[in-house]
Amino acid sequence: MTLSRRLAPYRGVLRMRWRETLQYRVAAVAGFGTQLYWGLLRLMVLAAFYESGPAGATDFDFEHVVPYVWLGQALLGLFPMRLDNELADGVRSGVVAGELLRPIDLYSYWFWRMVAWRLALTAPRCLLMLVVAVALLPLVGLGEWALGAPAGGAAAGLYLLATALALLLGVAVTATLLSLMFWTVSSEGARYVLPVIVWFGGGLVVPLPLLPDGLAAVLGYLPLAGLMDVPFRIYTGHLAGAEALLRLGLQLGWLAALVLLGRWLLARGLRRVVILGG
Amino acid sequence: MSAPATESGAPVRGGPPLIDVADLSKRFRVAAGGAGRSRALGGLLARRKWVTALDGVSFHIAAGELVGYIGPNGAGKSTTVKILSGILVPDGGRCVVAGRVPWRERVAHVAGIGVVFGQRSQLWWDLPVVESFDLLRDVYRLAPAAYRAARDELVELLAVAPLLQVPVRQLSLGQRMRCELAAALLHRPRLLFLDEPTIGLDAVAKLAVRDVIRRLHRRGVTTILTTHDLDDVEALCPRVLVIGAGAILFDGSVAELRAGVDRERILTVDLEHEVREFTSASATVVSAAGRRVVLRYDPARIATPRLIEEVARANEVRDLYLEPQPIDELVARLYRNLELADQ
Repeated sequence: MTLSRRLAPYRGVLRMRWRETLQYRVAAVAGFGTQLYWGLLRLMVLAAFYESGPAGATDFDFEHVVPYVWLGQALLGLFPMRLDNELADGVRSGVVAGELLRPIDLYSYWFWRMVAWRLALTAPRCLLMLVVAVALLPLVGLGEWALGAPAGGAAAGLYLLATALALLLGVAVTATLLSLMFWTVSSEGARYVLPVIVWFGGGLVVPLPLLPDGLAAVLGYLPLAGLMDVPFRIYTGHLAGAEALLRLGLQLGWLAALVLLGRWLLARGLRRVVILGG
Repeated sequence: MSAPATESGAPVRGGPPLIDVADLSKRFRVAAGGAGRSRALGGLLARRKWVTALDGVSFHIAAGELVGYIGPNGAGKSTTVKILSGILVPDGGRCVVAGRVPWRERVAHVAGIGVVFGQRSQLWWDLPVVESFDLLRDVYRLAPAAYRAARDELVELLAVAPLLQVPVRQLSLGQRMRCELAAALLHRPRLLFLDEPTIGLDAVAKLAVRDVIRRLHRRGVTTILTTHDLDDVEALCPRVLVIGAGAILFDGSVAELRAGVDRERILTVDLEHEVREFTSASATVVSAAGRRVVLRYDPARIATPRLIEEVARANEVRDLYLEPQPIDELVARLYRNLELADQ
């Protein structure tokens, strides 16, 4: 069997989930308003911070902050802030047993299903947000707050790579949490705690370079930094050269580790279902 | 290899059985139902007990058979089906399906079976039916030409051509069930599990689904039908397995089931006059109201013509209907006997 045929189920579920999620365009546009509002609010707060603070206290300037905020708002849907409810409920209610009736590797099937879901959630809002942040803001006299081009050709290329890795990393985080659902009765806990951790650890509350040095260093090595902070700082040029490559390597390492952990948990969870009965 | 006989001695149509199950057993650990305070203290005090789901189940099913698998709730039906489909590991016993032990070679095994759950959809709710079919092509890694051939054939067989572009959420239950059947057969499985395929369907849709099951049977698809709708079993299945309390109670035809459990029949008599009082020496009066009398009798004790003669001699009879016991009642009686034996 050719490799292409072997991978067909995962390509198939990617296509299906993408189309299914795009059915809800109204929800996508509704979410856009909120994201725009938050983006402006964050910029206002950070602008006030830079105006009142001592200059030169950090090498992370306001010019770095603007893309950091807008990319965060545009790509919000890529980040693992919630679980795919259908899958979470499926694990809890035992519907997952039905998936075992297919000749597939369940982890891969889940993984690409969630990739499609996040992409489809993000794409419409991202496009709208780019239109506003790139083209509209200068027209209303907020040129300083507009999203500019990446720091260079190399930065653009690395940025795309880092964003792709961030997407996969985010999915690996949720796949791991999903596998834990075999042992918990409800996903409520994860639903409440996840956004808080991801927002803070990823740099969506305060950009990581603006945090106290020690905290920033620790968070920088955790997988959450790879979700937002790394790609955004590469875009702005704050992260470049060897340091950028190191961070990409770290993203890749965390991705591999989380995929292995998720697969291991899923295999154990499934063994529970298969041996004990779901 | 010689063709083995089933437990009841029913003949197996040539060759080794497609399904060979012997002495299958399975126990589950469940939380003992302590209510109130002990419940509130949760994990610390959670008492657990063992429940036996299967206790030595044995049967053979030959390729091409259509078998009804019935039993009361909690008897072990779905446990058996889960083991046969490879998603549950038994504690003991033998289970070989098409030469494989299902749970040991799950992926290879499930590629050759089809499953329909009446209460659960395998179609994607918000997308047109055909997209779900296309996904199944990918999931089963079908070659495009083989897929198209299978799809076109099933679309015709199940008359779902006008439904292909309709989002699943807009289908009626009957339409959806026909699409579910097509979806379960796209990869041409050798073995089909149908779990309550007619649940909730109206009369027309139910007959349509039955017609499809019959046609699949004629095409040689081996089918196990689990259901509570005994009319389905009677209408479709040449052979029926009854499971109760984790063991096979009966394996044979519906006619044999009737004969084994209860030979009584029902005679309904419409009279020319209102019934005042009705007694019969040789039959039990089930009801006597208006102009209608319903009698139950055992043909071994009184031959049907003699009973009719007896009734006609004493009354002015306008019409007579003779029918076997409804199968629901037969099986309910079988289940009740089982409960009594259990106590």
